[in-house]
Amino acid sequence: VQADGTDGNCVTFVLHDEDHTLGNSLRYMVMKNPDVEFCGYCITHPSESKINFRIQTRGSLPAVEPFRKGLNDLMGVCQHVLDTFEVRLLPEELRGLF
Amino acid sequence: FRLPVAMAAERSAAEMRERVVLGEFGVRNVHTTDFPGNYPGYDDAWDPRRFEEEFRVDVVREEDGVLEFDMVGIDAAVANAFRRILLAEVPTMAVEKVFVYNNTSIVQDEILAHRLGLVPIRADPRLFEYRNQGDEEGTEIDTLQFQLKIKCSRNPQAARESSDPNELYFNHKVYSKHMTWVPLGNQADLFPDADFRPVHDDILIALLRPGQEIDVLMHCVKGVGKDHAKFSPVATASYRLLPDITLLQPVEDEAAETLQKCFSPGVIEIQNVKGKKVARVANARLDTFSREVFRHEGLKNLVRLARVRNHYIFSVESTGILPPDVLVTEAIKILMGKCQRFLNELDTVPME
Repeated sequence: VQADGTDGNCVTFVLHDEDHTLGNSLRYMVMKNPDVEFCGYCITHPSESKINFRIQTRGSLPAVEPFRKGLNDLMGVCQHVLDTFEVRLLPEELRGLF
Repeated sequence: FRLPVAMAAERSAAEMRERVVLGEFGVRNVHTTDFPGNYPGYDDAWDPRRFEEEFRVDVVREEDGVLEFDMVGIDAAVANAFRRILLAEVPTMAVEKVFVYNNTSIVQDEILAHRLGLVPIRADPRLFEYRNQGDEEGTEIDTLQFQLKIKCSRNPQAARESSDPNELYFNHKVYSKHMTWVPLGNQADLFPDADFRPVHDDILIALLRPGQEIDVLMHCVKGVGKDHAKFSPVATASYRLLPDITLLQPVEDEAAETLQKCFSPGVIEIQNVKGKKVARVANARLDTFSREVFRHEGLKNLVRLARVRNHYIFSVESTGILPPDVLVTEAIKILMGKCQRFLNELDTVPME
């Protein structure tokens, strides 16, 4: 992870060994944050597996915060999806326990 | 009291948010637009509780290596991430190195090695580690060894005039059932009951004639589909959005019959209301959206074809290595692992 930008509000993170799988889902979670003015990602070159992930915040919030919140929110989504999915796979009788 | 214009605007905003509309020549409202600030009067900021209330998973069908389930309340970005991970990043074991001791068959060494690599191996990849870079030998924790040793010979008891190879020769077809596991190191103790073999016994690998033989040793390692498609654990994993067909006006009689033929069977049913035949949407889920209805001038304005934006119908078919429900749970855990990796990096690496 590398970050550079003019001040704390606009930061471009370079994520190595990542592609649209994490890029698009993380972009969606960060865009849901009302403090974020701009969020986007791009794949610099298809032969290299790295993405440029840019966050610009409204006001003076450091851009690392929405990034961190987006990652945590995405983990929360995955955890909930996993739990719901596993409960659904259980036979009828055990489902009432959850 | 609401102005008709305001109500129409509300309806179209709701439609834009919830439906992807299929027009005659193109698809509208494709992108997700429900981000904070885009729609006045809607609070779109991320709310985990609202997500958890609206999210649900329904397993429709689970049989024979195929799992069909619905995920409702999730966005395209996350659903696509799961699909991509199922295809490319869930690890499996497959033959990587083939040591050819003797190959006098008609199949070239490299072609034989390629075919052996594509054979799915029934071995739980979670029991093994990835091989270290540059490690040529392979230890017992990251490698499975298989042997294929087979020789074709002539059958002395065959009738003189027969031309059926099954009668004339022994072992002329090399199947995947001829691959045998050779335990390495302490694998025999670690896995006393395990039966590592290819998933299917009847995959034809090569054909032989008398005098030809194949004697190879194979090393299987753990890998991901991103590296080579042989490591992909799914026959395929795909999703589609739930179709939503609305009849804008009542359709009767002959038009109803034509309408029923325009869609997949079971989608539109015809009911007898007061002596007239009236069409009704019975089960939109079955439709495959061939858009046949747009070819009929009289019908194309009476129907709205759309898809529900956040209702995904997943279909996961496994190659047999792991059952499909295990594959989906592994995929979700891999996405969590990716997030965790970056969270850890954020905490450890100082930002300038």
